[in-house]
Amino acid sequence: MEIFSQQILNGLVLGSVYALVALGYTMVYGILGLINFAHGEVVMVGALTALSVSNALLVATPGLPAPVILLVAVLVAMIACMLLGFSIERIAYRPLRRAPRLAPLITAIGVSILLQTIAMLIWGRQYHTVPALIPPTPHTVAGATITDVGIAIIAVSAVIMLGLLLLVHFTKLGRAMRATAENQLVSGLMGVDVNRIISATFVIGSALAAVAGVLVSANYGIAHYYMGFTLGLKAFTAAVLGGIGNLGGAMLGGVLLGLIESLGAGYIGHLTDLCQFESLRQASLELARNCTGSAEVPLFGSNYQDVFAFLVLITVLVFRPTGLLGERVSERA
Amino acid sequence: MNLGKLSVDARTIVLGLGAAAMLGLAGCGKKEEAVRIGHAGPLTGPQSHLGKDNENGVRLALDEANAAGVMIGGRKVTFALQSEDDQADPKQGAIVAQKLVDAKVAGVIGHMNSGTTIPASKLYSDAGIPQLSPSATAVTYTHQGFNTAFRVIANDAQQGKVLGEYAVGKLGAKTVAIIDDRSAYGQGLADEFEKAAKAAGAQVVTREFTGIDKTDFNAILTSIKGKNPDLIFYGGMDVQAGPMLKQIKNLGITSKYLAGDGVQNAELLKLAGDAGEGAYASSPGLPLDQMPGGKGFAEKYKAKYNLEIQIYAPYAYDAANVVLAAMKKADSADPAKYLPVLKTITYQGVTGNITFDENGDVKGGSISLYQVKDGKWKYLETVGG
Repeated sequence: MEIFSQQILNGLVLGSVYALVALGYTMVYGILGLINFAHGEVVMVGALTALSVSNALLVATPGLPAPVILLVAVLVAMIACMLLGFSIERIAYRPLRRAPRLAPLITAIGVSILLQTIAMLIWGRQYHTVPALIPPTPHTVAGATITDVGIAIIAVSAVIMLGLLLLVHFTKLGRAMRATAENQLVSGLMGVDVNRIISATFVIGSALAAVAGVLVSANYGIAHYYMGFTLGLKAFTAAVLGGIGNLGGAMLGGVLLGLIESLGAGYIGHLTDLCQFESLRQASLELARNCTGSAEVPLFGSNYQDVFAFLVLITVLVFRPTGLLGERVSERA
Repeated sequence: MNLGKLSVDARTIVLGLGAAAMLGLAGCGKKEEAVRIGHAGPLTGPQSHLGKDNENGVRLALDEANAAGVMIGGRKVTFALQSEDDQADPKQGAIVAQKLVDAKVAGVIGHMNSGTTIPASKLYSDAGIPQLSPSATAVTYTHQGFNTAFRVIANDAQQGKVLGEYAVGKLGAKTVAIIDDRSAYGQGLADEFEKAAKAAGAQVVTREFTGIDKTDFNAILTSIKGKNPDLIFYGGMDVQAGPMLKQIKNLGITSKYLAGDGVQNAELLKLAGDAGEGAYASSPGLPLDQMPGGKGFAEKYKAKYNLEIQIYAPYAYDAANVVLAAMKKADSADPAKYLPVLKTITYQGVTGNITFDENGDVKGGSISLYQVKDGKWKYLETVGG
C-alpha cells in the first residue's frame, strides 16, 4: 500500500510537470492550429537562465535569503522566455501564417534545433547542477514521501491552470483569444487585433514554460541544453491525449500520462511475472530454476514503460480522435 | 488532429532532420596533403560532454604530434582531425562511420559508446581501417572476428566480474536489484554483473530498466524499495546516476549503490551532491593520479581546454598516440601497412602500458574500485591487471 501511494504521488508530480508544459502547446495550437515544437526548448532556456541568474546572485550577494534569489531568478527567466516566445512568433511563424500547414511545422523544428544549438554554445555541453534553493526535505504523506519541490510542482501547476481558465473565460484578453481561435478573419473584422492576441498567447505560454523549466530543473537537480527535447515530446503527447487545443485537456492529459508512466513502470514487471503461473513453471525447467525465493521473471520489464504510455495514447486516439476532452471547441484558447 | 496527419508529420520531421544533418556535415573542412584521423562520438545530445571529452583527447595528441613534426616515408606529414557526431545513436554511428570511410581516414579513434562502436566496426573492417575505441567496453566489439577492431580499455566481462564479486564478497550483498539503461554498454555490464553476482551466491530480486534520456526514476526505485535489496547495481552513465542517487535518498532507500566506469567521474559528484555519499563505482585501469602519465596529462588538458577531464580523454589520447606510433614504426600511414605493426606494438601511454591480445583487447586490463567520501572519489583498491 505504501508502495502504491508512493507510485501515485510520483505520477502526480511527473504528470503536473507534463501538464504545465502541455498548456503551452495547447494554447498555441488552440489559436493557430500550429504545433510549436520549439516550446520544449523555451522550457530549457527558462531553466538555464534561472540557473545562471541564481548562480550569479549566490556569488555576488552571499547573504541574500534563498527565496529572494529564487524569486529574482524565476522573474528574470520569465522575462527572458517571454521575449524569446515573442521573437519566435514574430520571426519564425508570423511570416508563414498563410502558408500551407507543413511550412510552419518545419520552421518550428528548425527553431527548436537552432535554440538547442545556441544554448549549447552559451551554456556548454556539460550538465549543470541546480543549487538547492528549495531544500529537498522529504515529507511523509500516507506512507509515501514527497519533497518540497514536488509539492511546489503540484501546487504551482494547479494554480496556473486555474489562473489560465479564469483569464480565458473572464477577461477581455481571454474573450479576444477565444474569438481569434474561432475565426481569425472575422474576429479581426470585429476589431480584435489578431497579431497582438497571438503574440500575447506566445508570451503567456513562454512565461509558463519558464516556470516549468525552473521547477523541473529544481526537482531533478540538473539542467542541460538537451533537457527540453524529451520533455517537450512527452508534454506534446499529454496535450494530444487530453485533446490538443483544450486547456483542461492538457492538464488531464499531463496528469494521466504521468500516472500511466509511473504505474506502468512500477507494476508492469510484477503483473507480467511468469513465476506466478504454476503451470508455466512446471513446463519450463529454466523458468523453474530462475524462480527462487522472491525473484521475478517478468515477461515485460520496466523497459516497456514508454510503450505503455503510447499504447494508451493510440487507444484513446482510435476511439476519440480529438483526445479525451477535445470536442469542446468553444473552450479553445 | 488525426492519426493520418500525425504520421505524415512524423515522416516529414525525419526527412527534415536528415536533410539538416546532411547540410551541417557538408560544411566540413578539406585539407590536402595531410593524414586524416577520424574521431566519432556523441557531440550533441545528452552524452555530448563525454563525446567532446574524447575528441579533446584525440585533438591534443594530434596537435602535439604536429607541433613536434612527424616524418613518415621521408616526408613531413601533418595530422588532421575529422570529428563526426554519432549522437550516441547506433544508426547515426553507422552513417558517420561510412562518412569517415568515404573520406579515406587513415585510422579512427572511436566511437565512444559500445552501441555505436559495434555497428560501425563492420564498416571499418570492410574498408580495412584500424579502429581504436577509447571507451567502448562491451565484449562483443572485439569478438566479432574483425582484425581492425581494438580498444585501449578493459572490457565489461572483466569489469562486470570484478563488480559482481566485489558486491557479494566485500560489500556483503545477499540480495541485489539491477538497473540498466538499455544501451549496449549498460546492458552488457549489468548482464556480466548479474552472472558474477549469482555465481558468488547473491540473489537478484529484480531487474529494472531506464534510458539514456531519462531523469525520473521514481517509479522503478519505488518498486525496488518494496523489495528492499542490500544493494542496487546500475549499468549506465553519470547523467542518470546523479539524479537517481538524489531520488534514492528522497525515497528513503538505504541499499548500497554500485556502478561501473560510466559513473566514476567528477560529473557524478557534481550531479549527485550529498546524495552521492557512500556510492561505489569501478573504473578500468588505474586512477588518473596513479596512471604513469596521469598528472602531466591532466595539466596539459586543463591548460589547453580550460575544462576538467570527464572520464575517457586519457584513453582517447593514448589511442591516438598508439596509432601515430604504429604509423611511425611502419613508416607509412597506409592502413594496410601499419595495421600489422599496430597488432604487435608496445606503447607506453599515460594510462599504462598498451599491447593488444589476439582479439584487439588491451592486455592485462585492471579494474579499480572507488567510493564517494566527503564529496570526493576515494580510491579503494585495484583488482587484476
